[in-house]
Amino acid sequence: MGKPLPKRDGQPEVPVPSFADGGISAEELILSSQSLSEGLLQTTIFIPDMHCGGCIQKVERGLGALDGVEGARVNLSTKRAIVKWKKSDRPLPLLETLRDLGFNASLVAPETGAKNRTMTELVRALAVAGFGASNIMLLSVSIWSGAEPAMRDLFHWISALIALPVLAYSGRVFFRSAWGVLKHGKTNMDVPISIGVLLAFGLSFFDTIKGTEHAYFDAAVMLLFFLLIGRTLDHMMRERARVAVKNLMRLAARSAQVLHDDGSHEYVSVSKIQKNMRIGLAVGERVPVDGIVDEGQSDFDCSLVTGESVPQPKLVGALLQAGTLNLTSPVVIRATATEDQSFLAQMTRLLEAAEMGRSGYRRIADRAASLYAPFVHTAAFLGFLVWLFVTGDFHQSLTIAVAVLIITCPCALGLAVPMVQIVAARRLFEKMILIKDGSVLEKLCDIDSIVFDKTGTLTLGKPELSNKYDVKPLHLSVAAAMAKYSRHPFAQAIVAANDSQGEDAIAFTAFTEIAGFGLEATSGDDIFRLGRTEWALGKEDGLDEIGAGSKTILTKNGVLLDVFRFSEVIRPGVRELIRKLTRSGLEICILSGDDYGAVEKLATELNVSRFEANMHPKDKVDFLNAMTARGRKVLMVGDGLNDVPALATAHVSMVPGNAADIGRDAADIVFLDKSLEAVSHILNISHRANSLIQQNFGFAIVYNVVALPFAFFGIVTPLVAAVAMSASSILVVANALRLGRKAASGHIVSSTSVKNSNALAMKREGVL
Amino acid sequence: MNNILLYLIPISLCLGGVGLAAFLWSLKDGQYDDLRGANERIVFDEDEPLPDRHNPES
Repeated sequence: MGKPLPKRDGQPEVPVPSFADGGISAEELILSSQSLSEGLLQTTIFIPDMHCGGCIQKVERGLGALDGVEGARVNLSTKRAIVKWKKSDRPLPLLETLRDLGFNASLVAPETGAKNRTMTELVRALAVAGFGASNIMLLSVSIWSGAEPAMRDLFHWISALIALPVLAYSGRVFFRSAWGVLKHGKTNMDVPISIGVLLAFGLSFFDTIKGTEHAYFDAAVMLLFFLLIGRTLDHMMRERARVAVKNLMRLAARSAQVLHDDGSHEYVSVSKIQKNMRIGLAVGERVPVDGIVDEGQSDFDCSLVTGESVPQPKLVGALLQAGTLNLTSPVVIRATATEDQSFLAQMTRLLEAAEMGRSGYRRIADRAASLYAPFVHTAAFLGFLVWLFVTGDFHQSLTIAVAVLIITCPCALGLAVPMVQIVAARRLFEKMILIKDGSVLEKLCDIDSIVFDKTGTLTLGKPELSNKYDVKPLHLSVAAAMAKYSRHPFAQAIVAANDSQGEDAIAFTAFTEIAGFGLEATSGDDIFRLGRTEWALGKEDGLDEIGAGSKTILTKNGVLLDVFRFSEVIRPGVRELIRKLTRSGLEICILSGDDYGAVEKLATELNVSRFEANMHPKDKVDFLNAMTARGRKVLMVGDGLNDVPALATAHVSMVPGNAADIGRDAADIVFLDKSLEAVSHILNISHRANSLIQQNFGFAIVYNVVALPFAFFGIVTPLVAAVAMSASSILVVANALRLGRKAASGHIVSSTSVKNSNALAMKREGVL
Repeated sequence: MNNILLYLIPISLCLGGVGLAAFLWSLKDGQYDDLRGANERIVFDEDEPLPDRHNPES
């Protein structure tokens, strides 16, 4: 950010909050904390750089030594520190202290208690089922090795006593879900599971009372145990993605500085802003609610909101949408809407509407179950009828029906899908791609078109000096010396392009940044201007020779020195990616809110024939709906606020890690790599995962076809059922693990180095 | 033989139950919340007692 700019006349006095680099003001800190008890606050800080025990000690001691801090505890796994501190009037320099210790840190929204309840419930259920399964299995082994009838009955009773509470506790997960869909007249995988388990237990209990030879307590509990493993893995995958995405959260404008008429100012949370309140907006802050510029003028980066890539100058009276970023000078704005009427809120509503319209996707396992369950139940029922008809023995017939249900119970199926998906998710994680849900992998296989947003997705959303080698080095270093005081993207591009080291070319005595026009610097009697053509030349003529396009010029006393031209930086690897995707038969489109010329230029460069410019958020949704109506399954890749409704409309959606918060919440996939290669990786892995899932299903069907006759003819004893069940589960899991191995040997040359560099970058991002 | 089983089976179940209870307790206590941190903390050479998780004041 450099040194502060000298003040200019007529610039509104906006009290600058105590911002450090990436830091946060005292008021923000309080707003993002959780109140524990009287005067005691708890703040969660995300510290991506922590990686060892030394860091833990440094952070805990550094924060703990601060006045007012009650305690600090680091969680290295999630890279967070939880700080408890006493509320006081003095600002607490938490982030500043961490920066002095050498850590980058940002605040995280306070955690709510509900977050991990499902995970805890699953692990507990798993532990209980594991305890039950191992004990019952021990008893069963002695029965199978030929216990006397009296002993056998005793062991059956003990097994029943163990099985009952275990089923009641661990089975709840399945019973609840099965009951939930049955109420609505549908089925899923949990329905045959629940029926099988309950029937097996019921019949075994009945047999135990009667003292007969076979009881299936072990099968019922082991089934639960295996299925819970699958369920827990599935949940762990989603939980990890959720934490990683949450860590990415930067503080959006959650509070704003309201200026009162008596000259005082206070920080209030955005939800408390009323219409016509005056809000001070410092450089680098985002506009909290829609408003108009009341005092001052500045350039605004609207790319996240409109998709336009060139900063817009806004003068007094100009309309500002919530979410735009103030770049060059402090302004005072007057709110024209409250938070819930703002642009952001409109996007949220469009998003909700889009999500409601999205047809509910049925997971492959559930679709399989809707075919599988009727088949199994019919088979069991038929078995029952046939045996009843042939033998006339009611109990014997029921035993056959239960044997059919147990042997065909989708134990392998319950593990087949989550196992593959968690291995796939891990592979993607190594490539810095986070998937929110396993079903995303299934949906990705249907994709036949990909829609890209332009600004921030195909391009990095910041300009680059394109004619660096036409500019004289001296001029470049003069321009860079001026530009380093500005946050305007063009200025930053000039600074980035200047590689001459050391002293500034000219010692300037005064600087001004005139929002909407450019920078002016004085050195002795000479006035240098860097900015818009007309303004820098101080006249209207002589424009033709400079030409059109995104540019800025450097003049000395009104005489042209040089022209700087800019182009958007295309994300690395985009050209190859588009070529690869087109070759594999996918339809590619570009949608952008930017103007026609900019989009056309990029589309031509990337050799994409279908593109639309000047799209509003609603237009994008309509475009996607039209594609869906034509039977297309669309993957949408976008990043801005204006893409959010479209992301929710698409079959699958994907955003880069630097997207707007709400976009990251709406999307199915977040990729953290700078390169768009992620798109081809994820398509690749999802196809492989899906073929493995199909193999697993195929295997399960073969297994059932083979096993069913045995059950049908009454050959299946509890021992056979237990062995068959375990064997099929192990086979399915082993097959799923091939995904990890195959991929590792697939990338022969680059795999290790890519993996290492990705892991490093992930460490930097603090996700791992 | 039956007599000895009457003792042994409850004993084994109780021992298993104690293990289960211990696991559930450790889960609830948050001992699995930060496995990587626990790796590192074991080598800390603290002069003062470690901060208590429930009451960081000490």
